Amino acid sequence: MSRRLINWFKYSSPQTFYPLAGKMIPWFATLAVLFGAAGLYIGFFVAPTDAQQGEGYRIIFVHVAAAWMSMFIYLVMAFWAALGLSLNTRLSGMMASALAPTGALFAFLSLWTGALWGKPMWGTWWVWDARLTSSLILFFLYLGFIALQSAIDDPRRADRAGAVLLLVGVINIPIIYFSVQWWNTLHQGASVSLTKAPTMARTMLWGMLLMVLSFWMYAIAAALYRVRCIMLERERNAGWVYELPEVKS
Amino acid sequence: MNWGGPAEFFAMGGYGFYVWGSFGLAAALMALEPLLLRHRRKAALTELKRELAAKQEATDEE
Repeated sequence: MSRRLINWFKYSSPQTFYPLAGKMIPWFATLAVLFGAAGLYIGFFVAPTDAQQGEGYRIIFVHVAAAWMSMFIYLVMAFWAALGLSLNTRLSGMMASALAPTGALFAFLSLWTGALWGKPMWGTWWVWDARLTSSLILFFLYLGFIALQSAIDDPRRADRAGAVLLLVGVINIPIIYFSVQWWNTLHQGASVSLTKAPTMARTMLWGMLLMVLSFWMYAIAAALYRVRCIMLERERNAGWVYELPEVKS
Repeated sequence: MNWGGPAEFFAMGGYGFYVWGSFGLAAALMALEPLLLRHRRKAALTELKRELAAKQEATDEE
């Protein structure tokens, strides 16, 4: 037990995590491409035309994946924030910072694809209803986190300030998730839930889940790539970065 | 198979603009992010190499 604990702390040091992350990136990138190819194939060539929405419903394969990842990445960032504030590990803050731009990307894509789906189906790009507004707030939370961190020069203080913002903002995630149940909204209810059978054709469901997996693997690869950049930038005075083969050569 | 040919595929039953507008921007952004990251990594490595060279020069002079 104690031995395990020591191992976890070992990997929480940037010096040991940097090469490990480097080894993991190609695997996650490959999985992202494979899942993405399979998901797009099923989404466009296997899943049938929707009875009500025709071919327009195929936006679901990118919209749901982006929307789920935008919420999930925020929860992961909040997890790192809590860990960073309680244990004061350096890696936690770096991981939260590394995830933020990718989370913002998915939050934006969720809004963008939602607008492009809403226009033909609801007749409007945007309505100020609960689901859409809380998703917009999530996008602003990402931007606020990034802006706050870049406004503070000392990285450790920036990590702590960002972590507090993340933990306060986490209240928005259940609001987004349950908004379609709590309020009247144009947005359709959940197509997939943990308690009921999915309300969609099996092939559509598979296409969607594969796209979610693809975006998930992409997010991990991108965050690991970015955390390595952050380590190179921040650990300048630590010495170990000058011993790296890519710096020495 | 859903499609009679490429033209039908790209038309997406009249929803082409919306479907390809969604997938297109997603693909573009998810291609752009790794390129920006590669640029950031190169910049960080260049800076570290410069600092290392400056350090070695300083120790050589001593």
